[in-house]
Amino acid sequence: MISFIVKRLLQSVLVMLTVAFVAFALFNYVGDPISNMVGQDTTFAEREQLREQLGLNDPFIVQFGRFVGKAVQGDFGLSYHHKQPVSDLIAERMPATLELSFISALMSLLLGIPLGVYTALHRDSIISKLIMTGSLIGVSLPTFLIGILMILLFGVVWRVLPTFGRGDVVHLGWWSTGLLTESGLKSIIMPAFTLALFQMTLIMRLVRAEMLEILRTDFIKFARARGLPKRSVNYRHALKNTLVPVITITGLQIGSIIAFAIITESVFQWPGMGLLFIQAISDVDIPIMAAYLVMIALFFVVINLIVDVLYFLVDPRLRVDRVSSGR
Amino acid sequence: MTLLEVKDLRIEFPSRRGTMVAVDKVNLHVNPGEVLGVVGESGAGKSTIGNAVIGLLEPPGRMAAGEVYLQGERIDNLSDNAKRKLRGKRIGMIFQDPLTSLDPLQTIEKQLVETILLHLDLNENEAQQRAVDLLRQVGIPDPDHRVKQYPHQFSGGMRQRVVIALALCAEPEVIIADEPTTALDVSIQAQILELIKKLCIEKNVGMMIITHDMGVIADVTDRVAVMYRGNLVEEGPTAKILGDPDHPYTQSLISAVPRPDKRLDRFPLVEYIESAGDAKKSLDVANHWLGQARDFGDHYTGPLIHVENLYMRFLTKNSMFKSKREYFDAVKDANFEINSGEIFGLVGESGSGKSTIARMISGLYTPAEGSIYFAGTDLTQITTEKKRDYFRRQMQMIFQDPFSSLNPRKKVLDIVAEPIRFHGLASSRAETETIVRDLLDHVGLGDKAALKYPHEFSGGQRQRISIARALATRPRFLICDEPTSALDVSIQAQILNLLKDLQAELGLTMLFISHDLPVIRQMCDKVGVMRHGQLLEVADTEQLFENPQHEYSQHLLELMPKLSNVKAA
Repeated sequence: MISFIVKRLLQSVLVMLTVAFVAFALFNYVGDPISNMVGQDTTFAEREQLREQLGLNDPFIVQFGRFVGKAVQGDFGLSYHHKQPVSDLIAERMPATLELSFISALMSLLLGIPLGVYTALHRDSIISKLIMTGSLIGVSLPTFLIGILMILLFGVVWRVLPTFGRGDVVHLGWWSTGLLTESGLKSIIMPAFTLALFQMTLIMRLVRAEMLEILRTDFIKFARARGLPKRSVNYRHALKNTLVPVITITGLQIGSIIAFAIITESVFQWPGMGLLFIQAISDVDIPIMAAYLVMIALFFVVINLIVDVLYFLVDPRLRVDRVSSGR
Repeated sequence: MTLLEVKDLRIEFPSRRGTMVAVDKVNLHVNPGEVLGVVGESGAGKSTIGNAVIGLLEPPGRMAAGEVYLQGERIDNLSDNAKRKLRGKRIGMIFQDPLTSLDPLQTIEKQLVETILLHLDLNENEAQQRAVDLLRQVGIPDPDHRVKQYPHQFSGGMRQRVVIALALCAEPEVIIADEPTTALDVSIQAQILELIKKLCIEKNVGMMIITHDMGVIADVTDRVAVMYRGNLVEEGPTAKILGDPDHPYTQSLISAVPRPDKRLDRFPLVEYIESAGDAKKSLDVANHWLGQARDFGDHYTGPLIHVENLYMRFLTKNSMFKSKREYFDAVKDANFEINSGEIFGLVGESGSGKSTIARMISGLYTPAEGSIYFAGTDLTQITTEKKRDYFRRQMQMIFQDPFSSLNPRKKVLDIVAEPIRFHGLASSRAETETIVRDLLDHVGLGDKAALKYPHEFSGGQRQRISIARALATRPRFLICDEPTSALDVSIQAQILNLLKDLQAELGLTMLFISHDLPVIRQMCDKVGVMRHGQLLEVADTEQLFENPQHEYSQHLLELMPKLSNVKAA
């Protein structure tokens, strides 16, 4: 197992280097960094001097090495637009995005898994058919539309939930949380649900399909033949066996929740990284874009590593060396 | 007093196209300490009876009529919950495939303890103790340690013992065993049957064994019930049914079981079954496409296949350092020859390396060491794809599982035509189609089969499609890897007869792999016996069966279930 994790970590480093390379390439190929920094009346000589100062005349590999070295320490340089260190900007915005993603992932799991189990066990009941039809709406409506509809209903017509922002936040060291105040909690409901809806549908349909598959297997039949009560058959034996694919998908989805919270964040004006990124794009603020890219890749890599470790915990068959487990 | 009694059972499967009657007017009973065999071919309704007794009919199946009594008490009309309480506690069940009968994510202990606690009034510690005792009773060595393991850490035979232990948890009065040994090797089968017999006597339970295997019936049962298409055609003491059956179906079924004791020209068919589909049109091979180009231009007269010092290794433990890697020798130093026009059999238990040899000859695996000569050319030294294709065309394979060896999204026409197209054997589309239709006709499917999809055919018919596909390249060497082990006796007889006919007509050379000794005796000219990757003995078939030299061959022959050794009453 340790050798497996080490192998995975080495692969992760490779992935991160590749992403860093792409991020770095942004600086060199998307516009000229110097003309992004200086005004129009800067002389050519001054530009050349600045270029030399920033090390932009060094060989490519040296520049890339410098970029990676700094990135490892969390230094992504100054934002062109905000004139602040990018790392500070991100650190300020990250808690908002992570909280939103975490809450919505939790929502999608807590709702998706039970609904999936229910619809699998009561395939022909009217309620499952309604849920299945409803879930189609969940997948087919775009996120921003659901967000806007919710704002209209809960924020404008009924006026029960705030329509934008995070509400009041409490600062715990460098981390700012909205989960400890009433207005913060109220504010997170709509964006989190909007973001969760698609994932929830996906998890529900996945759990349902896997459950139906597992319920047909011999060991479930044998468990029934031993007289085990329904609860034990369905949850202890069947549900646990559906978890491996569910973990895979959930892992990938949490990554994409963080990465693609952008749309939800702009609809609800949520002060997270996504919003920062959108603004960075319109301002051609390349340091922010590069940092965001590297950050998101890091999240994906870490989550996938966790998923791989979870496999080991859930499925004992994977604990043996894979080569020899082939019967 | 009868333990279990089934009266006038009728089971229906309603569907949109009308009601299918799976079982009708079946009467059965099991006495304490007695083993009742229920025998029949697939689709005869055997398993359905077992499921109905324990109240686990798969919907939409339902009991339309009949009564089930346990110790004189009617149980079929109990509530679902009351029925559930009977299961495991008073009626135990054992299923066919031990590899899939256990929850892969839980230790054996957890599964045993859960079941024990459910049925018996014990505390956690006592239940754990009982779990270990049960494993010891079913003959699992070192039960204290092994009880903590997961199912995948047990071999097939050991897992079936665990399944039996689970069924015995609460000391049920009746055990229903649905094909308990079909997925196991001969020697493991013998051990499991021995165990079942022992438990029946020791614990005085009644047992119902559902099987299609006449050998198992002869070995363990006291009485037999023969099922045919949902009806009970005959029932009586095992010796009487096997020795002197009354019903014509039973008679032909018994005569169709391949005989281990004598070699016959052809496999006797189950004549009772109408439309057996053996109406194979004979072709004038000499003038037909199939018979052309049989001259492979090498005028080679020696043995067609010659295998020398063949080794195959699989990596079991990978490591960055070469010296630390561990290997498993799947095939060790195999040497044999197959002469032209000969059927060479390979026999052995699962994991003995039979299929690995076949795959190396066909090029699916690359041998670790050694040479394979095909008509004098060493296949392991071939480097160009073109040359390899030339030999691939001359060699074809037929696989065991007729359900997974055909592409379900392709029409039969395209399945059979694919090798013809790939090797460019026909000059036009129309010609390809004619050839395919001829081939399908020739294997007894009729040319109309060409436009259907594989799922429209039964297992036996699909195996015919596989044969047609294998013949489509006009091969001279055919590898059959357990071609009939997934099929019923009657279908097996048809397929093996077809293979024999084709072999004679086309002068094919064959490598025939099977774990079934009687089939080997009927099919093969020469046999190789394998164990743990080693070829222990190669001999002419008759010589091997009459006078086996190696200890292991003698052992295998001894274990072979025979219809003649009916359990002493």
